Amino acid sequence: MSTYSPKTTGSPGPTEETLDIRDLGFWLYLMTDAIIFSLLFATYVVMFQNTATGPLPIDVFDIKHVFAETMFLLFSSVTFGFASLASVREHKSQAVFWLIVTIVLGMGFISLEVIEFVGMIESGAGPQTSGFLTSFFTLVGTHGAHVSLGMIGITVMIFQILIKGLTSPVKSRLHRLGMFWHFLDIVWIGIFSIVYMPGWLI
Amino acid sequence: MKHFISKPFITGITLLGLLLVLAGCGLQTSPVADPKGPIALIERDLLYTAFFIMLIVVIPVYFMVFWFIWRYRAKGGSGEYKPDWHKSTIIEVFVWSIPAAIIITLGYLVWTYSYKLDPYKKIATPENTINVQVVAQDWKWLFIYPELGIASVNELAFPVDKAVSLQLTSDTVMNSFLIPALGGQIYAMAGMTSELNLQANEIGRFRGRNTQYSGDGFAMQFFDAVAMTPDEFDAWVANAKSQTRPLSTVTYDQLAQPTIGHDVEYFSWVKPGLFAEILKKYARRPETTLRRHAPVTTQPACEGDTPC
Amino acid sequence: MLGRLGLDSLPFYSAIAFGGASITVLGGLAVFLLVTYFGKWRYFWDEWLTSLDHKRIGIMYIALAMVMLVRGFVDALMMRSQQAISLNNDGYLAPEHFDQVFSSHGTIMIFFMAMPFLTGLINIVVPQQLGARDVAFPFMNSISLWLTAAGAALVMVSLVIGKFSTAGWTGYPPYSGAEYSPGVGVDYWIWALLVSGVGSTMTGINFVVTIIKCRAPKMRLMQMPLFTWTTLCTSLLMAFAFPALTVVAAMLGLDRILGFHFFTNDSGGNMMNYANLIWIWGHPEVYILILPAFGVFSEVVATFSQKRLFGYKSLVYATAAITILSFSVWLHHFFTMGSSPNVNAVFGIATMIIAVPTGVKIFDWVFTMYKGRIIFHPAMLFTIGFLITFVLGGVSGVLLAIPPADFLMHNSTFLVAHFHNVLIPGAVFGYFAGFQYWFPKATGFKLDRAWGVRSFWFWIIGFYLAFMPLYALGFMGMSRRMERYDVAEWQPYLIVAAVGALSVLIGIFCQGMQLYVSIRDREKNRDLTGDPYNGRTLEWQTSSPPAEYNFAKIPDVQDIDAFWDMKQRGVAYAPSQNYEDIHLPRNTGIGVFLGGLGFLIGFAVTWYIWWLVALGFLGVLACLITRGSQDHTYEIIPAAEIEAHEKARIKALEAHKPAPGDFWS
Repeated sequence: MSTYSPKTTGSPGPTEETLDIRDLGFWLYLMTDAIIFSLLFATYVVMFQNTATGPLPIDVFDIKHVFAETMFLLFSSVTFGFASLASVREHKSQAVFWLIVTIVLGMGFISLEVIEFVGMIESGAGPQTSGFLTSFFTLVGTHGAHVSLGMIGITVMIFQILIKGLTSPVKSRLHRLGMFWHFLDIVWIGIFSIVYMPGWLI
Repeated sequence: MKHFISKPFITGITLLGLLLVLAGCGLQTSPVADPKGPIALIERDLLYTAFFIMLIVVIPVYFMVFWFIWRYRAKGGSGEYKPDWHKSTIIEVFVWSIPAAIIITLGYLVWTYSYKLDPYKKIATPENTINVQVVAQDWKWLFIYPELGIASVNELAFPVDKAVSLQLTSDTVMNSFLIPALGGQIYAMAGMTSELNLQANEIGRFRGRNTQYSGDGFAMQFFDAVAMTPDEFDAWVANAKSQTRPLSTVTYDQLAQPTIGHDVEYFSWVKPGLFAEILKKYARRPETTLRRHAPVTTQPACEGDTPC
Repeated sequence: MLGRLGLDSLPFYSAIAFGGASITVLGGLAVFLLVTYFGKWRYFWDEWLTSLDHKRIGIMYIALAMVMLVRGFVDALMMRSQQAISLNNDGYLAPEHFDQVFSSHGTIMIFFMAMPFLTGLINIVVPQQLGARDVAFPFMNSISLWLTAAGAALVMVSLVIGKFSTAGWTGYPPYSGAEYSPGVGVDYWIWALLVSGVGSTMTGINFVVTIIKCRAPKMRLMQMPLFTWTTLCTSLLMAFAFPALTVVAAMLGLDRILGFHFFTNDSGGNMMNYANLIWIWGHPEVYILILPAFGVFSEVVATFSQKRLFGYKSLVYATAAITILSFSVWLHHFFTMGSSPNVNAVFGIATMIIAVPTGVKIFDWVFTMYKGRIIFHPAMLFTIGFLITFVLGGVSGVLLAIPPADFLMHNSTFLVAHFHNVLIPGAVFGYFAGFQYWFPKATGFKLDRAWGVRSFWFWIIGFYLAFMPLYALGFMGMSRRMERYDVAEWQPYLIVAAVGALSVLIGIFCQGMQLYVSIRDREKNRDLTGDPYNGRTLEWQTSSPPAEYNFAKIPDVQDIDAFWDMKQRGVAYAPSQNYEDIHLPRNTGIGVFLGGLGFLIGFAVTWYIWWLVALGFLGVLACLITRGSQDHTYEIIPAAEIEAHEKARIKALEAHKPAPGDFWS
């Protein structure tokens, strides 16, 4: 092979066009993630009656607890929105502040979820108990794992804003992280209405 | 064109021809081409019908491919060259509509025959039907005759011209039950029952087997389906009843141990409700409500816990 | 410390397993020593492994595919020879070994031969066909490559350490669950799929965005070459189907490792859900494999008929129809599961409907040859071989789509013959055609024609000999996956099939010879024009091999077959007055690290080495955060550099004016 290898110079960052392309790519990623969740939802719907010898949904769900979780997550979405607005208006410190609030709310959500899971497992309703609990833990746990990853992302973005400032690549990343965070909110609304609500009502 | 009709080509055609002759001889007596029961017969005819309908497209394609590559070959071809010709409404209409018409025809066949040949559909009145419960095990088939209170391993006997209604489940991994000469195939899965209705119109022994890969003994997991005269069948039942070994919970558990190439075996008595017990081991729900995969409770053949 | 890994994991228990392991280890060692001996590690690392150039990534994909083709084919030979001799005896393979062989054959051919092959072709060709300088996400492209390689490495390592899965390439539970398959085999399989599946999802996203966003500004969607169209459809399928594979493999992994009950017999598991989930991925996967090959055939048949493609619009609509329909047919893989007749009928009819656009495509290719001037380049031979052979596979496919007929043939060798009859001509011949066709573009020199023709004949004759008997055996009641049998009538057919496999072996040998001879005579066979076949699409406008930036000037597209049109207008090689600086991504090793970490995680989970799993995930996180914090990942090729190079090229082209028909000899 005698490929022509030109001499190169400089090390520029991405162009605006590249950032635009990244947004579309991220949308597509969110679609693939949505498919993962939809299949987990479908599996839950197929399996939630398969309680074998284990407890029924009504025995294990605590609607007040779930309501608190929901509030944490919904408000974290609002505060992320504030952070996004602040970044658009180039308010560096405000953006950082709202991102920190988002993390705190996210931590609240995750803590409540961990408490719920540990409580269930200790009362003998762990994921190994029945098909219903297997699908429940997998669906809700996958969402929780996404939220945790999102919080790592927010932490990284806080440092990027502090170190690099609100440059266009940083803002573009923050924008996509915001899409991710709101997406997780939508998934949670699905979990609330497909997993917890019927389990509580029936 | 020298390279096209080259030596390997001629060798290939010759070999293919030989193969076809060979295949023709062996195939005539193959269980699928020469079915022994009404279900398999309709299934085979359906296969052939669909194949011949599709020839309407296949033959022109072959004809055109060979004609075009001959006529329009760059070196020595006699066809005219029109490098920009790329559109023809008439051809487009034909190439969309003819396959579509064929698929509509075949779709009609699919719809009607999916109902006609639903494996769950009973093919005779209850008096003319013999019920058998089938349990897939590693790596053998257990056949329980609930009305007769007997059971056999790796031999499914039934009177000729009588419908056989099978209820299947598995006490191991997923299995698939098929007797090619009698047609129909259905999975056997733990905790669920599936159904298959068959009939033989000729006396004979037909090979049946598990077709779903299930482990080391899979290749040897076959059985004989034996269609016999009513008298022979009565003798077969009497022979089974004269055996010394009953199928109780204890002997069942022994039988369920993995074995490869298990010999034919008969059981003089079967614990009533054994099939339901096997199903219950894998119960998914406190009470199952699914229609087609519902565990079916069967009437015990005889009361009490003693052989009758 | 090392989980369940111990000395007994090494294959000293069987001579054949030990032989396979030795060949793998010695092969790896030989490559390592050769590279070290020639002092090429630096070169490989700088120029290849860390490269983000889509053309080089494509070449690496295809190299991987060819290595895995040989491995997967050895499996095929073993199965054919075992079945040819094992009438009423054990043959030379124990059941457990035979089961690993058919499982790895399927897994390798689908995931590590076909997938990398088509992804490689797409990588090399599509950006050039679009008139683009790069893919949308060059770094993600590198991750995809290395994750695919990591998955392939996991399958290869299972030869040496531990055993591979015995559950077939679809790994149906409960057999593949912990209760019935307690060893490491299924775990290797799961993690090979998970790791490479993430790579494929990313490839899908990458090329959807590339095609939507990076086309030459004037190129409308309905002016894109057919290969690009099929790539768009395949990429959409990859992006939307592979998550299902990720889900189902992860669930099976959870069942096995953590004792969950997704698919177990007991405690409320539901194995039918597995069949649904895997085929929701699995059926689109078939079209992921076949559509790019359809694209190749479309390009090849037009070029070597020296004629414009017939029915461009029909072909595009047919491709799109297949893409959409492919998501609606998955249940036909288990008509025998006891679904009600209306469900079976709906899925049977949906399956058949796919035959309509597929039939239309066949006709369009046939009519492209009509009134053309057909040149029997090896690529064209593979295309013609495809046309006549694929039709048979289509017919047997429609037969299997009739639920009652499927009851007779499900799980039989008829089914095996059917999907090989679709995938070998439909996919593999397409990749080979693409390989023959675009080889000069990727490397700068042409392939030897005679060996190419030979390989075609051995392949196609081998194909018929190997698979026509399997159709017959399906009628005779033979199931797939049997390592022994007791029906004497089957044996002659199985011997013929084994002879077919030998013929394919010779075909593969011819391909090896073709590569060897072509590389040896590369100076003689240089493609100095960049357009060796009087091509029609934009990839033939670049030099062979193309400069890193492909196009110094983004081409001005005015028609389908943009390059042909430019040649007609006499502007194909027009020099430009004002070249501009070009931004290209700088090489990075992070993709290689991520692939390595993917391998490590897969290996560690398989053997329950949990600290290494944690370490692996931390490594992944570190790589992603590092890359996610880098802004200056590009470099500039100055305009002066480009101008000098392009002027030299135009000058050289004057000396080697591309003469139509020149490529024929």
